[in-house]
Amino acid sequence: MLGVRNYSIATKLTVVNMLVSGAALVIACLVFVAYDLISFRQSMVYNLSIQAQMAGSNSVSPLLFNDPQAAENTLSALRAARSVVSAGIYTLDGRPFATYWRDGLDQPLTPPQVPAGKTELHWFKDGQLALVRSIVFQGKPTGIVYIRSDLRDMTLRLQRYAGIAAMVLLASLLAALLVASMFQRAVAQPIVHLAQTARIVSRDKNYAMRATPTGKRDEPDVLIGAFNEMLEQIQERDSALRKAHDELEQNVQERTAQLAASNKELEAFSYSVSHDLRAPLRGIDGFSLALLEDYADRLDDEGKIHLQRIRAATQRMGLLIDDLLNLSRMTRAEIRKEVVNLSALAHSVAEVVQETLPERRIEFRIEDRLEARVDPNLMRVVLENLLGNACKFTSKRASACIEFGKTHCNGSSAYFVRDNGAGFDPAYANRLFGAFQRLHGTSEFPGTGIGLATVQRIIHRHGGKIWAEGAVEKGAVFYFTL
Amino acid sequence: MESKTILLVEDNSDDEALTLRALKKNNIKNEVVIARDGAEALEYLFGTGKYAGRNTSLTPQVVLLDLKLPKVEGLEVLRRVRADQRTKLLPVVILTSSNEEQDRIDGYGLGANSYVRKPVDFSQFMDAARQLGLYWLILNEAPPVRRT
Repeated sequence: MLGVRNYSIATKLTVVNMLVSGAALVIACLVFVAYDLISFRQSMVYNLSIQAQMAGSNSVSPLLFNDPQAAENTLSALRAARSVVSAGIYTLDGRPFATYWRDGLDQPLTPPQVPAGKTELHWFKDGQLALVRSIVFQGKPTGIVYIRSDLRDMTLRLQRYAGIAAMVLLASLLAALLVASMFQRAVAQPIVHLAQTARIVSRDKNYAMRATPTGKRDEPDVLIGAFNEMLEQIQERDSALRKAHDELEQNVQERTAQLAASNKELEAFSYSVSHDLRAPLRGIDGFSLALLEDYADRLDDEGKIHLQRIRAATQRMGLLIDDLLNLSRMTRAEIRKEVVNLSALAHSVAEVVQETLPERRIEFRIEDRLEARVDPNLMRVVLENLLGNACKFTSKRASACIEFGKTHCNGSSAYFVRDNGAGFDPAYANRLFGAFQRLHGTSEFPGTGIGLATVQRIIHRHGGKIWAEGAVEKGAVFYFTL
Repeated sequence: MESKTILLVEDNSDDEALTLRALKKNNIKNEVVIARDGAEALEYLFGTGKYAGRNTSLTPQVVLLDLKLPKVEGLEVLRRVRADQRTKLLPVVILTSSNEEQDRIDGYGLGANSYVRKPVDFSQFMDAARQLGLYWLILNEAPPVRRT
């Protein structure tokens, strides 16, 4: 069946149908021919036996009166039987008495013995049927008849049968083909149609396709019905999915638009803050200075101190605005990640920090070969703030030590900045990263309270986390992941 | 003698007074023409509107231009100044509160000669004004004036 495997179901059905009917027919023909051959052989034997009996009884008197001529005459009557090849009358001791040859040959033949207790013996040999019979007269054997017949009639009959069988086989195979094609229309056609539909559906992803039911309530119809039902379910799910997807898309678009709008608003707001909020401060500071310069003689010391405090407060306000703008800029800035040598960056930041504090002695311990994929500008801001803070909060130490390195924390690697400075009360650790949140007074350590908020935003925008550990007067460690 | 005027484009009267004070304190005695919005600045430079009939060949030695201005924005003023043959080479110093990166990019992109941020601390502002005066009014050679 290997060769049949890839044929269509219609072809398979036709082949099966023809094989079945052909096989049945061939078996029927074979049985019939076999039966006919057997009965034909039997009738041949019977006929030959009658001929032998007739020849035998007619040869009794020639045998008794030793008249071979009369016996030969009797035998020549066998000429009417076309199939008899030769016939002979033999005396009991096996001598030929009279012979007949259909084709004029005259060969001496030795008849076989008829077994005792039997009067007749026949056998098929070399395409011939041979028969010996005892000639019995008044209960006494008088001679033997030996007659042979060819099987021409049987061969002829067999050929005729074969021809008829072939014609019947051909006719019935044609009929089977016809039936199969009708059958195919009834059974295979719906399945072929179903297969075509399935192929189109899977190729075009068109779940709106439907197979046409046969309307006959048979198995193919059930199959088609189930298939259509499945398609319908898929179509429903598909459209539901598409709808959900579209809605999501629309939501995302709306949100993106809202976000863009609010970003733009924020930008406009920052711009406005940067420009408009600073202008009045300049006025306050400028005119305070003008008072100090032009009206110094009319102001007592306390008045001058007040004006100086106004100026200091104004300048601090300017600083706050600048830091706040920085924070907002860090939130908006586009992140451009690249592989950055953090060790080199930390060294460079430490150098700048040290330059601004020439009177301080600070020991920086920076781990070598630290690399990460980050935005170099934003990472510089992070290190400026963390290392700057560490410097600031170690200002009251005789020898400040600031470390930057990498460690393992809760199974993942984290960078850290450690100092031996003022530290902080761990109870307030969560307030460290809020904007304008300070754990120390401005007079103690200067600052606006925006640096760590900025750092946290940058770390978050890199997808990392930041946290701090510390104790009062025991130094602080800031950990961050990237 | 050619008058080396300064065109100060500034809408905030406080800033205007403080700028004038800073210039005066630094002994910069050039005439300062004040335009309180972008449109007025353009009218002065091109002799239109309020300044119709002004001899436009007398260009200022330097223009101190704020960015956030009523009517016509500072950057737009700069764009039109650079687009006009008469003022193409005019030295323009942007003097603004903004330190937005985009403003600096746009300012220089449109051909500003300098970008100075006004500090809140007036002492620093005085210093900036002194240096500006020294550079633009004394050291810097103005481009040749086109005579029409």
